[in-house]
Amino acid sequence: MNAALSWIRAYVPGLECTDQEYCDAMTLSGTKVEGYERRDRNLEKIVVGQIKSIEKHPDADKLIVCQVDIGQETIQIVTGARNVKEGNKVPVVLDGGKVAGGHDGGPLPEDGIPIKAGKLRGVPSQGMMCSIEELGSDRNMYPEAPEEGIYIFPDDTTVGADAVELLGLRDTVFEYEVTSNRVDCYSVLGLAREAAATFRKPFVPPVVKETGNQENVNDYVSVEVLDQELCPRYLARVCKNIKIGPSPQWMQRRLASSGIRPINNLVDITNYVMEEYGQPMHAYDLDTIAGHKIIVRRAQEGDQFQTLDEQMRRLDGDVLMICDAEKEIGIAGIMGGENSKITDNVTTVLFEAACFNGPNIRKSAKRVGLRTDASGKFEKGLEPHNALEAINRACQLIEELGCGEVVGGTVDVVRPMPEKKLLPFRPEKYNKLLGTQVSGEEMLEIFRRLEIGIREKEDGAVELVIPWFRQDLNCDADMAEEVARFYGYDKIPTTLPDGEATAGKLSYKLRIEQKARDVAEYCGFSQGMCYSFESPRVFDRLLLPEDDALRRTVTISNPLGEDFSVMRTISLNGMLTSLASNYNRRNRNVKLYELGNIYLPGELPLKELPDERMQFTLGFYGEGDFYTMKGAVEEFFACVGMKKRPAYDPDAKKTFLHPGRQALIRYEGVTLGFLGEVHPQVLDNYGIGERAYVAVLDMPALEPFTTFDRKYEGVAKYPAVKRDLSMVVPKSILAGEIEGVITQRAGKLLETLELFDVYEGSQIKEGFKSMAYSVTFRAKDRTLEEADVNGAMKKILNGLEQMGIELRS
Amino acid sequence: MRARLDQIREQVQAQIKSCDTADKLNEIRVAVLGKKGQLTELLKSMKDVAPEERPKVGQMVNEARAEIERVLEEQKTRMEKALREARMKAEVIDVTLPARKAELGHRHPNTIALEEVERIFVGMGYEVVEGPEVERDYYNFEALNIPADHPAKDEQDTFFVTGDILLRTQTSGVQVHEMEKGKLPIRMIAPGRVFRADEVDATHSPSFHQIEGLVIDKNITFADLKGTLAQFSRELFGENTKVKFRPHHFPFTEPSAEMDVSCFKCGGRGCRFCKGSGWIEILGCGMVHPHVLEMSNIDPEEYTGFAFGVGLERIALLKYEIDDMRLLYENDIRFLRQF
Repeated sequence: MNAALSWIRAYVPGLECTDQEYCDAMTLSGTKVEGYERRDRNLEKIVVGQIKSIEKHPDADKLIVCQVDIGQETIQIVTGARNVKEGNKVPVVLDGGKVAGGHDGGPLPEDGIPIKAGKLRGVPSQGMMCSIEELGSDRNMYPEAPEEGIYIFPDDTTVGADAVELLGLRDTVFEYEVTSNRVDCYSVLGLAREAAATFRKPFVPPVVKETGNQENVNDYVSVEVLDQELCPRYLARVCKNIKIGPSPQWMQRRLASSGIRPINNLVDITNYVMEEYGQPMHAYDLDTIAGHKIIVRRAQEGDQFQTLDEQMRRLDGDVLMICDAEKEIGIAGIMGGENSKITDNVTTVLFEAACFNGPNIRKSAKRVGLRTDASGKFEKGLEPHNALEAINRACQLIEELGCGEVVGGTVDVVRPMPEKKLLPFRPEKYNKLLGTQVSGEEMLEIFRRLEIGIREKEDGAVELVIPWFRQDLNCDADMAEEVARFYGYDKIPTTLPDGEATAGKLSYKLRIEQKARDVAEYCGFSQGMCYSFESPRVFDRLLLPEDDALRRTVTISNPLGEDFSVMRTISLNGMLTSLASNYNRRNRNVKLYELGNIYLPGELPLKELPDERMQFTLGFYGEGDFYTMKGAVEEFFACVGMKKRPAYDPDAKKTFLHPGRQALIRYEGVTLGFLGEVHPQVLDNYGIGERAYVAVLDMPALEPFTTFDRKYEGVAKYPAVKRDLSMVVPKSILAGEIEGVITQRAGKLLETLELFDVYEGSQIKEGFKSMAYSVTFRAKDRTLEEADVNGAMKKILNGLEQMGIELRS
Repeated sequence: MRARLDQIREQVQAQIKSCDTADKLNEIRVAVLGKKGQLTELLKSMKDVAPEERPKVGQMVNEARAEIERVLEEQKTRMEKALREARMKAEVIDVTLPARKAELGHRHPNTIALEEVERIFVGMGYEVVEGPEVERDYYNFEALNIPADHPAKDEQDTFFVTGDILLRTQTSGVQVHEMEKGKLPIRMIAPGRVFRADEVDATHSPSFHQIEGLVIDKNITFADLKGTLAQFSRELFGENTKVKFRPHHFPFTEPSAEMDVSCFKCGGRGCRFCKGSGWIEILGCGMVHPHVLEMSNIDPEEYTGFAFGVGLERIALLKYEIDDMRLLYENDIRFLRQF
């Protein structure tokens, strides 16, 4: 909402402050000022001058030389403008002054355009006569300005006067951020009321009388509202003998200051009242209204309707329409119809001021694809009392401006209006909520400034009578806020809660995640963040079969586009996309991790909330291989107290991973995730030009195995015995199997088992590999005898031989 | 005997002094002290000494032996020291050559900011909790005093899955989940991901993070809200940070406020960073609306509380002077390495 300070001052005559003071005070009392702009910015030393004589320029056909009386003296100005005549009164910027723009009306330069005395084609010129564009505005806002050339003042203008002031530009326009609960402040009067309360000045609203002649409006028009839910109040008044013409300058100037283009007296009055009262109005040509009857009803599904802007609009059964006895003539609260448009030949006007259901207007405007100033106001849910004030104000202006004759009476179709709201006055409650000690009298003084009625009941209790324009005041907390706003938020003390002490902590889940971040970063992985929604085409990129369960998604019904339309069921797309974008940017050795949810739906369409599962995803390309990734995974397990050896099942069946380089990660028989090298086809799909490795851990599956408990197990007191095992193994046997056999056969004496060599090549027979383990035995309670170790070794060797493994000496 | 001893001693000492390797030193030791060494030989000739002289002579021999051993040892130490010094002299390195670093990974700026916020509130006795990202309408809107037709619910802002299930637009719903648990008092913060239908640009993202705060207890006041957030701001932005509370409106708090902090770049004098105002808008807050308490079965006549919500990205962008929100989701390693 924008409003000029001069318009506010019209209702708060005592208001005296600088722009900045106004901005600060209003913001601190709850009417936030987003910013303000002086309308006379870059307009300096501009006065009214009168052209005394015009001569041709001796050396230039297109220039003229004018002698201009600026009050104290007469100066010479050379100009190329062709519209000026001797005797004209014009804005003149003097030597050393400034104008806001160029004569072509392009974008205004930040610092304006300085004007200096000089010579034009050899003839001295001591200033410049200005067009409306040079003054920073245009013909839209100043319709009286000539199409081209210098702005000309009326003949009765005083020579030497401040031209900027005369144009109404000694003013500041404030931009307000009005909160949705303060519907009353989407109007100049509402803002002025707040300003008056803020600065403790009297509020002087216009005095509105219900004007009208002896005739009865009911003889002119009848109104029927078929859907009172969508239209709680419909007011109609009639004005006849309409004389269309320009509105007075003061009204034009105020509209211009709000960025509204003056059109003619009738249109300007409706716009003026809309700004002033926040109540949009519509004017119909009564002669176009069939049967002189207004019917307010819902549109028929699929109706077409041509709005004022000559566009055809498709309607549905939730759009409220204004109709006459035969046809639809306007979309309620949004825009009138081409078929009832006011022309300059209008003689009798029907004014409509109505209240429509806010949410319905908002939704209709969206569906019809037409948001107007009017619908923007209606969608906030307007107060029915205000409509009557506004329509009477409009009729009064019609009369005052000589625009027509007002017919007596008002058609008012209204649902029972809300009762007057009464709230108990509870000063101790307000203080308790605020932590203040404001006296009851001070509170009442604040309420009086806000036009809240104060009534003493028979039992002595005080009651607050809430004015109708304050829909937002409903309970003690609301009243406490009113006290706080005007007592001053800054004067409320600062304390800390002093209740019972509570233990600050992270949830266990968050602690595990924190550990995951620590370990990932220790292993060289940096944290990325990815979107939760992605395109369903991701599944094709990951080569998932058509019937894969992961293709069942939580789907957004109104996404920003297909790329953001399904909630991810697998975390890899984000990782691979991030790796790819790094690869494209020629970043080398990129290691990333991410902690983020996947969303697995139960029944579809969704009835229950999906299962949100935190995934710990790691990915990299560059230095390292499968085992680097495996190392990071095991490092993490160790750090969250998972001491057992995880198992790796190569039969992971992940379509997006290299078929020979992937594994499920199992722990105590439970699958916790997977890791592997990315499938070359998937690398191509993402545009990653080198091998990449990923691991995904499902944190909810993993959490039950984690612990932060640590127990000291003692340092070995007795010596260890180390034996090396060197063997030739059929290629099909996995290290994991060998380790399984060794671990199982060695029993309790086994301390560690370490693979120190794997070799495949020319010195080993076809289909075999050579492997070498270092096996360490130790007992906790004694020094091992040779026989202990030999016994264990024998068992191991037997086991390995049964697998078809040849032992080498 | 004595003459012989002196002779051996002098001879050996001279040999030792001129000796320059450990091997030679050992040869000398063997030649003098070994089984067939000169001193041992001398001892063998003890049988020729008169019995009453023997203890005296024995003592003399032992003294000579001890002295030779001492000199040997001294020479050995001296030689080792010289050797070590020579080696170290040869081992001089260029200490200005580049360091060999372990490539540690880097934490996302959002997380760094979040951990900072968590640290502050955990220190004040707050529990860090979470809530679902795909949420029911009731928790995201209705229970927060945002009824069915409220503009805040507009489809323009909210991603819907079904009529009733949506992607949460705010972390405020976690307030309701916590209140419903029925355990009072409450002091919690709830960080998390939220979603709004904003196209991606330098200042918008359809997915971002908020941190919700909620305190409910007997006698909680607006003054407590001010004090708590002022302390939080000083911890996060520096000891000299000032705060300003402006009235505002949120459906689920009353009275409500927006909080500005004094610009930590210019200290409040006004600069480009704070657009000349000296203040930076940081968060929204207020006293929990009595109707919200009632809906979660808390008696507003007995309990009061305050709530606040802060944008995590806003803090991260401001604190680390990141000028484009898109950087946070591109995961470019050159960006991440700066944190």
